[in-house]
Amino acid sequence: MGGYHGPDRHHAAPKPGRPMRLGIGGPVGSGKTALTAALCKVLKDELDLAVVTNDIYTTEDADFLRRNAVLDDERIMAVRTGCCPHTAIRDDISANLDAVEDLEERHGNLELVIVESGGDNLTATFSQGLVDLQIFVLDVSGGDKVPRKGGPGVTASDLLVINKTDLAPLVGADLGVMDRDSAKVREGRPVIFSSIREEPDVPKIADWVRTSVHAFLHH
Amino acid sequence: MRAHLLMLADSRLPAGGHAHSGGLEPAVTAGAVASVADLADFLHGRLHTAGLVASALAAAACAHAPGGADWSGLDAEADARTPSPAQRTASRAQGKSLLRAARATWPHPVLDGLRVPVPAGAPRAPHHPLVLGAAAHAIGCAPLDAASVAAYGAVTGPASAAVRLLGLDPMAVQRALAELAGDVDEVAREAAAHAEKDWAELPAVSAPALDLWAEEHLRADLRLFES
Repeated sequence: MGGYHGPDRHHAAPKPGRPMRLGIGGPVGSGKTALTAALCKVLKDELDLAVVTNDIYTTEDADFLRRNAVLDDERIMAVRTGCCPHTAIRDDISANLDAVEDLEERHGNLELVIVESGGDNLTATFSQGLVDLQIFVLDVSGGDKVPRKGGPGVTASDLLVINKTDLAPLVGADLGVMDRDSAKVREGRPVIFSSIREEPDVPKIADWVRTSVHAFLHH
Repeated sequence: MRAHLLMLADSRLPAGGHAHSGGLEPAVTAGAVASVADLADFLHGRLHTAGLVASALAAAACAHAPGGADWSGLDAEADARTPSPAQRTASRAQGKSLLRAARATWPHPVLDGLRVPVPAGAPRAPHHPLVLGAAAHAIGCAPLDAASVAAYGAVTGPASAAVRLLGLDPMAVQRALAELAGDVDEVAREAAAHAEKDWAELPAVSAPALDLWAEEHLRADLRLFES
C-alpha cells in the first residue's frame, strides 16, 4: 500500500524516438484497406509514413496500395499470418514487429507506421506491444446491431469508424441506433461515421490521425 | 528448469511459428497431403530429414553456448544443410523472432551475444536451431533438451498448419503426433549424440521434395503461410 501522495512529479515523457504505430482492424470487407489507402493519400505529403499489411490470402492488400500508387513499393511490407490474422496482431506479434522495425530502419525519419490487420471477427484487437493506437472499422451493412454486441474491437479501440454510411438506407441500418449503442459501450472514446466512397479524403479520420501522431511525437 | 523448457517448446511462445507451415502448405497445394494418413507420412519424413538436421544443430548450439563467442561456423553448417534459399530465409526469420522472444523472456549474456554475419537481404539473425540451442542453454537445459524441442517442433508446427489449412480433425492429428512420439525421442537422442562432435560431422540428410516445394511456394498465387 502507501501510494505516493506528494506533489505531481509528472514530466513530459521523452520523445519515443520512433514513429507512432497505428493499427487498423475490423471484419472482412468493412473498408480497412480503403481507409489505409485514403489515409496514405491524404497524409503522405505531410507525414513520413509506411504501411504493413496482413492478409490472410495473397499480398492483395499490398498490391492494392501499390497499384493505386499510394505509396512507394519500399514503404509497404506484407506479412502472412498462417490462417490466423488475430494471432499475428495480438498473440504472436513477432512477424509484424519485424516488418515494422525493418521499415523504421529503412526509412530513418518515419513519423507514422500503419499496421493493417487481415479481416477478422469482433474480438480481434491489436496488442499494446505492437501498436500505440488502434482504429476499428465496421460497416453498416453488417447490421446496426453490431455495436450493441460489443467485443473488444468495438469497445476498446481508440477510434471506432463506422463505414459505408451511404449503404444504410439500402440495408435498413439505423445510424442513430449504431451511434447510441457505440457511445454506450465506448465510455467517451470517439466514433466517426464515414463513407469512404462518397468522401474519399476521409477528413475527420485524417484529422484524428494527424492530432494523434502530433501528440505522440511531441508529447 | 522443466517449466522453462515447457515454455520454450510451447507454441504460445510468441516466436512467429504460427505463420510457418514447415513445407506443409506447398505439399497440400501439390496434392501430396490431403488426409490425416498423408499428414502422418509427411511428418514422419520431415522428422527424419529436416527434423534430424535441425535437432542436431540445436543440440550442437546448446553445447557450444557456454563458451560460444563465435557462432558463424555453426551458422555456416546450417546454411550448408539448407539448400533451398526460401528455407534459409524462413529459418533466419524464425531465428530472429525466437531470439527476440527469448531475449525478452530469459535475459542472458549468451542470447545478447548471439549474432552472425548474414548475406545481404537475409533476416539479420542466426538460423532458428542455433537460437533454440542457445535459449535452451540460457534456461539451464542440456543439448538433449534442445534436440527434443527442435524435433518436437519439426512435427507439431506442420501438424497445426494442417489442422488450419485442411480442417483435419484435431483429435486425429494429435493421435498421429502421439504415434510419432517414439520417433521424436529417437531422433532427439541421435541428434544429441552429435552435440560435442566436429560440426562437419553433423547429420546432413536432405528432403529434396521439401526443398523444391519451399521454392515453389514463393511463386504461389495463394499463400497463407510464410513457408
